[in-house]
Amino acid sequence: MRWPWLDRSAVLLTALAVLLIVAMLGVVLGSIAYHGWERVTWEFLTAAPRAGMTEGGVFPAIFGTVLLVLLMTVFVGPLGVCVAIYFSEYADRESWFYRWTRQAVNNLAGVPSIVFGLFGLGFFVQFVGRGVDLAFFGGQLTYGQPALIWAALTMAVLTLPVVIVSVEEALRAVPQSYRDASYALGATKSQTVFRAVLPHAFSGVLTGGILAVSRAAGEVAPILFVGAAYFLPHLPTRLNDQFMELGYHIYVLSTQSPDVEATKPLLHATVLVLLALTFLLNLAAIAVRARLRVAARSAR
Amino acid sequence: MSTTVISAAASPPRPWRDWLVQRFIYASALVAIALILLIFVFVGREALPVLTSAAVHEEVTLEQLLLPQNYGTEEVPLPYVWQPVSAKPKYSLMPLFLGTLKVTLIAMLFATPLAVLAAVYTTEFAPRWLRETVKPVVELLAGIPSVVLGFFALILLATWLQDTFGLDYRLNAINAGLALGLAVIPIIYTLAEDALTAVPDSLRRASSALGASRWQTAQRVALPAALPGIFAGIVLGFGRAIGETMIVLMASGNAAITSWDFAEPVRTLSATIAAELAEVVFGSPHYHVLFFIGTLLFAVTFVLNWLGARMVGRLRARLTGATQ
Repeated sequence: MRWPWLDRSAVLLTALAVLLIVAMLGVVLGSIAYHGWERVTWEFLTAAPRAGMTEGGVFPAIFGTVLLVLLMTVFVGPLGVCVAIYFSEYADRESWFYRWTRQAVNNLAGVPSIVFGLFGLGFFVQFVGRGVDLAFFGGQLTYGQPALIWAALTMAVLTLPVVIVSVEEALRAVPQSYRDASYALGATKSQTVFRAVLPHAFSGVLTGGILAVSRAAGEVAPILFVGAAYFLPHLPTRLNDQFMELGYHIYVLSTQSPDVEATKPLLHATVLVLLALTFLLNLAAIAVRARLRVAARSAR
Repeated sequence: MSTTVISAAASPPRPWRDWLVQRFIYASALVAIALILLIFVFVGREALPVLTSAAVHEEVTLEQLLLPQNYGTEEVPLPYVWQPVSAKPKYSLMPLFLGTLKVTLIAMLFATPLAVLAAVYTTEFAPRWLRETVKPVVELLAGIPSVVLGFFALILLATWLQDTFGLDYRLNAINAGLALGLAVIPIIYTLAEDALTAVPDSLRRASSALGASRWQTAQRVALPAALPGIFAGIVLGFGRAIGETMIVLMASGNAAITSWDFAEPVRTLSATIAAELAEVVFGSPHYHVLFFIGTLLFAVTFVLNWLGARMVGRLRARLTGATQ
């Protein structure tokens, strides 16, 4: 070693970068937790907002968020699993169709979230919604406006690549011998895929679902024009209702509130609730994926 | 592929159910292709009147969007003004381009060195247990919703920056850029770390055997080998930064000013759509211009993602060549 000091300072410099990133993460999480945790009470989680959002809780926003992501999962889950099955089990790697599908999914993952908002408005609300109104409601405005169902569908398009990637990874981790054994028993291709392979990729399906839900719970830009509302006196009960949502609530409350100082404590608490929600989901996904890797290693 | 061989052998008396399932799976793959086309068509459809509609051209033309206009007086010329809601609407995209560029530049200058250095540390120098800890921690950073980062920048970071550096404006390009950098770090880090991990250890051992130190090995062997992957991370991070909305919407101050001063408020392309579309009249020139901006964003990120994917492909080709 000719320049040991250079070596040592390089290690120090790069370690400093890691330290800085971890510290910044700590500052972001710590400051929000510090300012918010006192106000996160049972009442806060279960009550509706009162007195111009300065008192009460955020229950309608939590309810709306949960409803949104559940509905989204119903749409994105089956489709994502099927596309992942195509990639892992059916696709001919040399075909143009495979390349196009792969390219499409990659591009979908890179589309800015605000563009999904425009798409949701232009396609789901203006085109599909209008179409439904003209066909079934005699042109009366029913589905041709921002609504829960359109927000859920927009989110489903946004989270599709997340589900595909994680299910595909799990399908690929299923050992080839399982498929061979299934075929040797006389099973057809579809029987093999759905009874011998897919059940062993269950944790991947679960991870994909959790990651998609976590991503959707934190996204605000796609639903800005597709159904989120700042305040509603009633909880949404129908698919064409508007809804309150945690992320949107934070955005409006922190930028357009007439009295920011009065809403600040509750705002911090709301951010903490959203953070806790997405973090618990992410941690769950990481844990499930870690178990998946261990299982895949021991199966080989 | 043994799968295809076996399935081909089992297929001649193909049961109809098997055939149906296969069609169904192919159809869902087709849906994935259809979705990206639908996005392009339906966002582009609302943007098209900016180029073709005479009614829109009465209020705004492509020249007004892109070229300098004469909105000021002789003494104070105002060539670029974004003021869509006024007695005489003015639609110059230049302030928005400049704002996006400023915020993105700060985010990239902040995130790139940090993320790449951190990736070098975790793959080249860190003990195994530390590497296994750092990766999930950075993944947690990626899991923070952008609205939360925006909130953090709006309420806490902005105040701290103003008090520490005595800035004139609380919300400005620096504030938004730093918060945006936090969102970009995980993207660059993950891709750089993947690329460095993919560099075969035989290269590092060969370098050590020739008497190189660990830093020399990292700098002259591992980093050059992983370079396409690191560039891919930077390109994809750039794409994310340009399209990211909630952070800049909340933290940038949203003033469409044409200036190179990084301590002034800025308005980006994405934030403009988010802030204005909700209040705009459906089908008005303003509405179409906002979709036009969306199409631009879509096109730019599309090209960046394509570039990034190509670089990852090149890295893979290079490294598989190296191990053989």
